[in-house]
Amino acid sequence: MMTTQNETLPTERKPLDLRRFLDDWVMLLAAIGIFVACTLLIDNFLSPLNMRGLGLAISTTGIAACTMLYCLASGHFDLSVGSVIACAGVVAAVVMRDTNSVFLGVSAALVMGLIVGLINGIVIAKLRVNALITTLATMQIVRGLAYIFANGKAVGVSQESFFVFGNGQLFGVPVPILITIVCFLFFGWLLNYTTYGRNTMAIGGNQEAALLAGVNVDRTKIIIFAVHGVIGALAGVILASRMTSGQPMIGQGFELTVISACVLGGVSLSGGIGMIRHVIAGVLILAIIENAMNLKNIDTFYQYVIRGSILLLAVVIDRLKQR
Amino acid sequence: MHAQVQTQEQHHGASGSLRFNGIGKTFPGVKALDGISFVAHPGQVHALMGENGAGKSTLLKILGGAYIPSSGELQIGEQTMAFKSTADSIGSGVAVIHQELHLVPEMTVAENLFLGHLPASFGLINRSELRQKALNCLKGLADEIDPQTKVGRLSLGQRQLVEIAKALSRGAHVIAFDEPTSSLSAREIDRLMAIIGRLRDEGKVVLYVSHRMEEVFRICDAVTVFKDGRYVRTFEDMSQLTHDQLVTCMVGRDIQDIYDYRHRPRGAVALKVDGLLGPGLREPISFEAHKGEILGLFGLVGAGRTELFRLLSGLERNTAGRLELRGHELKLRSPRDAIAAGILLCPEDRKKEGIIPLASVAENINISARGAHSGLGCLIRGLWEKGNADKQIKALKVKTPHAGQQIKFLSGGNQQKAILGRWLSMPMKVLLLDEPTRGIDIGAKAEIYQIIHNLAADGISVIVVSSDLMEVMGISDRILVLCEGALRGEVSRDQANESNLLQLALPRHRADGVAN
Repeated sequence: MMTTQNETLPTERKPLDLRRFLDDWVMLLAAIGIFVACTLLIDNFLSPLNMRGLGLAISTTGIAACTMLYCLASGHFDLSVGSVIACAGVVAAVVMRDTNSVFLGVSAALVMGLIVGLINGIVIAKLRVNALITTLATMQIVRGLAYIFANGKAVGVSQESFFVFGNGQLFGVPVPILITIVCFLFFGWLLNYTTYGRNTMAIGGNQEAALLAGVNVDRTKIIIFAVHGVIGALAGVILASRMTSGQPMIGQGFELTVISACVLGGVSLSGGIGMIRHVIAGVLILAIIENAMNLKNIDTFYQYVIRGSILLLAVVIDRLKQR
Repeated sequence: MHAQVQTQEQHHGASGSLRFNGIGKTFPGVKALDGISFVAHPGQVHALMGENGAGKSTLLKILGGAYIPSSGELQIGEQTMAFKSTADSIGSGVAVIHQELHLVPEMTVAENLFLGHLPASFGLINRSELRQKALNCLKGLADEIDPQTKVGRLSLGQRQLVEIAKALSRGAHVIAFDEPTSSLSAREIDRLMAIIGRLRDEGKVVLYVSHRMEEVFRICDAVTVFKDGRYVRTFEDMSQLTHDQLVTCMVGRDIQDIYDYRHRPRGAVALKVDGLLGPGLREPISFEAHKGEILGLFGLVGAGRTELFRLLSGLERNTAGRLELRGHELKLRSPRDAIAAGILLCPEDRKKEGIIPLASVAENINISARGAHSGLGCLIRGLWEKGNADKQIKALKVKTPHAGQQIKFLSGGNQQKAILGRWLSMPMKVLLLDEPTRGIDIGAKAEIYQIIHNLAADGISVIVVSSDLMEVMGISDRILVLCEGALRGEVSRDQANESNLLQLALPRHRADGVAN
């Protein structure tokens, strides 16, 4: 309502910048801290084999989290990504089995992801349906389709060249990790250096104002979800390649892991705040903690409790930051 | 006039006069109310009048316990009241019937009436008792309403009656109405007037806030006039008061010349509005805005000014009429169309519709123009972005430590300048300003007027909506007056004065016909 006429900004400047600096970097520093702590405290944590496992664990979540960032930054989210991952793997496997073409298989999977994303985006943007309900529905539809295409069981892949996505290496680094790094760089750049990225942030920051400023709100939203669908499918293809089969039951609850990774890193659930370094930090922290728990042989049941607690903590932090 | 039944001082619970003793309310940087003192007697309907922003609503919020006064005190009868919350106010026998009613549409009338103290045993609601109590409540007020009906299905007038019934069921002694008739039909108004008359005869203190002269003269026994948060005068004898006297009392103040008006030659017609109709407009609206002209749009809250701007800026689709910009017909389907045509809007609610609070000042300035300056239609040119932001910040004297500062930390005036900077980065033909200086301090106001003048001098057609009479008269070349969704008149700069503008803007009863 009323605004203070106080223009003494220079005195405010320092603490504000410190706070912003913390907001921006604290989680990435925390991730590095946890990494160092695990290196010191856990035997074999730094072993090449474990590092490789950790990198692969990061890859699937990391790739999907890149575009989940856009959904969250625009004030929405997408629950269907876990199902898209499963369905993409199945579609790729089935098409390759029937056509014997890796290219067709991968393309079919990506097109499937695009279609699901477009449906999500159009329903949310044009028909103004809540993103929670829309993607909850497509989550179940796509999961069902995955089972139907796969006939209820895993579909094996025999094309050797397909395994490059999951098991190939370049300069000793597994391909999934390389793809993840490329995604981090590309989507980080996209968010800051294109009108599409800035419009995404503006919509999440204040949709009404963005509309009045001439941002094409509906189109931007549709692109956000469409891209998210394609990238989710890409993650699914890589996962299928790693496991040499398309598995319809895979990725249950994966959407929540991705969202919790983003929020843990500092992306706001209510939109308008989000950076790629938030995503990287969140993905790293979740993956390192899970890896450490596995190395320490912590019972799966306890792992659930710990993961849930971390998510709760992340949401509480998000809430507190808005005060 | 009504026979003034001078009070029979024998009521249950709270009773006696309502006294405001030197009530003041200060918001950061703004004095909303300053030493308000007057008395409203039981058995009288007491009107509160004044222009928009005179402080009537603030006073009602203090009475209702929503605001705590910065100074002064309230007295009911002999008792001094210090309301800390709305619950305190209700508990002391005060009911404020707001314009937007506080009822739950999905619940029944009976449930709404007793929300918070539903008759129940062990948590189980006693349905028959609830119904009986509700029927008693509504008796004589709105006998036709079935307590089992959901509130969402009632007309606005009926909902208001439920709100009144709720107030009475809680034993209210002081009942304040805030613009109660603004969305009622003529028949509903008659019924409300009858009920208010009855409340008066029962010895209640009734406060009545309204812009409608006709109603004030019809129902009220006394009028208190406010201006700029100050008490002006109370008229105790309505029979001695004329319409003109009241208007003169509501206006009347020296104009400080912060507007710095300079005469400009008027250019050709820029925007031609022909028979425009749409949501919120009652009659088709036609006018022309010229190049290099500052056109004022005056009207009270609810006159349809913002609604007209929503049509002109493409936020709403018009249902009839046509728009012409510099000779070409315009069809606006979205704000993007309007912006592409060069019709740019600075919205009324800066926080909600103008700024993106978390983004930087530079971001807020560049958001609209960057598309045209990007590479391949999407790649941001950092150099242009930085250059443009710095240019606008410098030209408009936006006070910010640096362009990367989040805009939410800026004052209202500087936020407004940043939004102006957003539009100055774009090709502009018509600039729509909705309450451009609301909540802005005087220094920034003068700077904004300066910017407006410079734009007009450059041949831009500027349309300014304002409920501040001084502002409209101070900067406009020509003033259009809107009232209740219709264009009521046009006044040139030389002929404009406060009373003729207010005469045009004040709603009268339909039967009275049009003024002048």
